[in-house]
Amino acid sequence: MSKHLLEVKNLRIEFPTRKGLLTAIDDVSFHIDEGEVLGVVGESGAGKSLTGAAIIGLLEPPGRVAGGEIVMNGRRIDNLGYEEMRKIRGREIGAIFQDPLTSLNPLYTVGRQLTETIMTHTDMTPTKARERAVELLTEVGIPAPEKRVDQYPHQFSGGMRQRVVIALALCVNPKLVVADEPTTALDVSIQAQIIALLKKLCRDHGTAVMLVTHDMGVIAETADRVAVMYAGRIAEIGPVRQVVKQAKHPYTEGLMGSIPVIGHTDEKLRQIEGSMPRLTNIPTGCAFNPRCPKAFDRCFKERPDPIDVDGTEVACWLYDKEAAHV
Amino acid sequence: MSETATATHETATHDELKPGVPILEVKGLKRYFDVSAPWLNRVLEGQPKQILKAVDGIDFEIKAGETFSLVGESGCGKSTVAKLIVGLHGPSSGSIEFEGMDIAGRSRKEMAPIRRRLQMIFQDPYASLNPRWKVRDIIAEPIRAFDLADSPDEVLERVGQLLTQVGLSPADGEKYPHEFSGGQRQRLSIARALASEPDFLVCDEPTSALDVSVQAQILNLMRDLQKELGLTYLFISHNLAVVCHVSDRVGVMYLGRLAEVAPSDILFSKPRHPYTRLLLDTIPDLEMSGRDRMPVAGEVPNPINPPSGCAFHPRCPFADDRCMSERPEPKPTGDGALVACHGIEEGRIPDAPIIGKPAVPEGLGA
Repeated sequence: MSKHLLEVKNLRIEFPTRKGLLTAIDDVSFHIDEGEVLGVVGESGAGKSLTGAAIIGLLEPPGRVAGGEIVMNGRRIDNLGYEEMRKIRGREIGAIFQDPLTSLNPLYTVGRQLTETIMTHTDMTPTKARERAVELLTEVGIPAPEKRVDQYPHQFSGGMRQRVVIALALCVNPKLVVADEPTTALDVSIQAQIIALLKKLCRDHGTAVMLVTHDMGVIAETADRVAVMYAGRIAEIGPVRQVVKQAKHPYTEGLMGSIPVIGHTDEKLRQIEGSMPRLTNIPTGCAFNPRCPKAFDRCFKERPDPIDVDGTEVACWLYDKEAAHV
Repeated sequence: MSETATATHETATHDELKPGVPILEVKGLKRYFDVSAPWLNRVLEGQPKQILKAVDGIDFEIKAGETFSLVGESGCGKSTVAKLIVGLHGPSSGSIEFEGMDIAGRSRKEMAPIRRRLQMIFQDPYASLNPRWKVRDIIAEPIRAFDLADSPDEVLERVGQLLTQVGLSPADGEKYPHEFSGGQRQRLSIARALASEPDFLVCDEPTSALDVSVQAQILNLMRDLQKELGLTYLFISHNLAVVCHVSDRVGVMYLGRLAEVAPSDILFSKPRHPYTRLLLDTIPDLEMSGRDRMPVAGEVPNPINPPSGCAFHPRCPFADDRCMSERPEPKPTGDGALVACHGIEEGRIPDAPIIGKPAVPEGLGA
């Protein structure tokens, strides 16, 4: 038995293409403890959503887990068959996706979708399941739940739909929820409501969350620890306060500097030159080296592995004490 | 009318634009959309016509050389204002004066000289560039359309210049848009907008489709270009932090009307309108000061059937009977801001700042 709720070890995800094998996730390791919120942040194409999809077993073919393992509660889940994984999904791992409209079935009432999920994973009677559905809708803050439970998704606004999706994810009290960009499709004032709700529910139920987002602000508000991903690897992972306030990896530093903040009226934003490399064209050594202002010889030759620096793990040669550099 | 059109076109050249003089003035601008069901359905089902008031009477002016931003949530009408100004929609009523000349609802021919000087950058750089055209042709089109170069060689030279100006290389002209990343495509959109040597750029969410590190590059580029070319921007965004970074003055829109217009530093340090305060309070806190955020209640109402009186009253903790019955008009506050709120006018809403303080004004926490 491992002591962590979820452990991802040396995960590697590949996509076979006509032009050869693309490695979208390369040697990613992290863990999530019970009741903990792990934020995963990065730019589009960094592989954050893929990592989430691999954990809930919804990796789209031709993508496949080519190496490493995912261990949930001491049990390896990355090599399970479809039916076995289906039992885990929903009961042990819930999922919240970006677009609440596409994650609900437009042809069924909200209540039916909730009761179906509840009855799949528990042996509740239909009447009991319906009561539970109403209870859940109340819990996620939907007004008049007895009436709303019989309505269809299109009768809900975007924010309300996302509340329903959260209710769906939490309906059988999973140990872990993978939330992939849960607020990206929503307006700012609704985003704040949804984050507050997610935070409260997970605290009340002791649910751990893997929160995938590109918004550092959301992470700073919500997460306990944060993993910064770049080009299919973790650049930095550590307690959220340390990563946000004292970023160590040059990429995280640049990322933090490029976010406009109200009250700071600097002439210019710090910017990272260039853009993330394509998967077909990842540089040797550290993938960040073409954009890194501090890159030196070793960065172009050897790929850095995470090094522990004051409780934060940083994949950067700058922090390798044994190196001749410094 | 056409006399003034030609006269303005000839007299106002780029060099004569003085900073501080209004370049664009919008007065009582309204745009209604008919969103009724088809006629037969209406007759059979006895439904009335349904009118969506996307923009419902707004006034503002933009001075030459400044950046004016419109900010608000989806459906508040900010993009409709952008489209009205560049002439992609005609207004239902009201006027849009570009250097003193009303350009609202003009014909294509009359708009042509104005259109050269008034360009737009769109949100999605994947949709706004023709995938079948080479970059060179995309950028050359305005130069050719407005006859800004004498020979094909000169056109090419100008395209090269523009590409360099936005941080790409002249050799990129031979490529197609799909060969570029999102940020580079937005640079291409900017180059195309600049090709006609405009004075005024309408930027509709130019960075919201981009990653943050790329967003910073584009915002910095836009700022550099503004300094270099003396451009005036109308910047439209839902991201308050971005707006705070780029703007000189900001207008906050709610359901087709302006709730507050103020210089950027005043709006962000001393927001008056309860809606502005709500918006500012929803920004995730990167400083991690641990301040309690105001629990935000409710959602934007349906614009087809907006609330009576002040449209914000169902979500406003300070609303009273007057707010429910009488629509507030923007009133000056003395420090250059305009606020459309009865509570502010009557002085019953405390003036306490929100940013940087964990305290929430009385009543707002309820």
